[in-house]
Amino acid sequence: MGLLDGKKLLVTGVLTDSSIAFHAARLAQEEGAEVVLSSFGRQMKLTQAFAKRLPVEAPVVQLDVTSQEDLDNLAGAVREAGVERLDGVVHSIGFAPQSVMGGNFLSGTWEDVATAIHVSTFSYKSLAVAAKPLMTEGGAVVGLTFDAQFAWPVYDWMGVAKAGLESANRYLARDLGPDGIRANLVSAGPIRTTAAKSIPGFETMEDAWPRRAPLGWDQTTAEPAARAVVALLSDWFPATTGEIVHVDGGVHAMGQ
Amino acid sequence: MAHTDQEILEGLAEIVAEETGLPTDAVVPEKSFTDDLDIDSLSMMTIVTHAEDKFGVRIPDEEVKNLTTVGDAVSYIAGAQA
Repeated sequence: MGLLDGKKLLVTGVLTDSSIAFHAARLAQEEGAEVVLSSFGRQMKLTQAFAKRLPVEAPVVQLDVTSQEDLDNLAGAVREAGVERLDGVVHSIGFAPQSVMGGNFLSGTWEDVATAIHVSTFSYKSLAVAAKPLMTEGGAVVGLTFDAQFAWPVYDWMGVAKAGLESANRYLARDLGPDGIRANLVSAGPIRTTAAKSIPGFETMEDAWPRRAPLGWDQTTAEPAARAVVALLSDWFPATTGEIVHVDGGVHAMGQ
Repeated sequence: MAHTDQEILEGLAEIVAEETGLPTDAVVPEKSFTDDLDIDSLSMMTIVTHAEDKFGVRIPDEEVKNLTTVGDAVSYIAGAQA
């Protein structure tokens, strides 16, 4: 008996097997879920290659979250992939131009900050709204944040975008709750994904983490964060929404 | 069965051509992926992943940055074959 038996899920953000989303998709399949992935543009071929490395090869549908056309077509594309309803959606999407990270907080331009917020914050709402017609029996939306209560080294406008994501999560919970759809975030510690390694100076953020975490922290594995994603997609958080579950070794709770 | 260096070069050239649109005969051992073939990090990840699938090897991320030239990649794949 799997935690997600009979569930049908859309998982965005699988780029490689270092992606948190890859491990969420893998564990979801191992727990009985049927999984559809999404990707777009130049990343599509990479996502398709890694879709074959899941326990069960997953179909990949086209979705650029900044394209209204793609969002409008999402429900149809998921149905065409053979999945007629969704019980859960994983939002594992974020992007900021290098010009607004890596210590460039003061010099970042609005145009580049707007890109970061469009892709990393607004898309959480866009994705949920696009998937909602398929979530006919309620379900769960799960996103990924990086603790936005604090200013971190090098994270800069991506941190501001994550603060927006954490707020959007509360509003999404408010507006989707009446339809039986829960919205929750996993706030993971630093993990060496492709996305993380593209942040200039990422090492400065990850170095202190294992020392500050009462449980310790292994930056090389996405497994703990992926497990939390799976748990939040399951029926075992039936009355939890608008929440942020920290999967960070306990760092968020420590003063020093 | 292990592939010869020539087979690996030919297979890799097809993968690079598919990803970049370059002709396969531009993909020769002395060419640098970034400097000569203008391959960025996303294309490199795609090429490495397809090469892994094609040749049945695994190329860890920390090795990828050591693969400067096409010849480096051919040698690594040849050495990594069981």
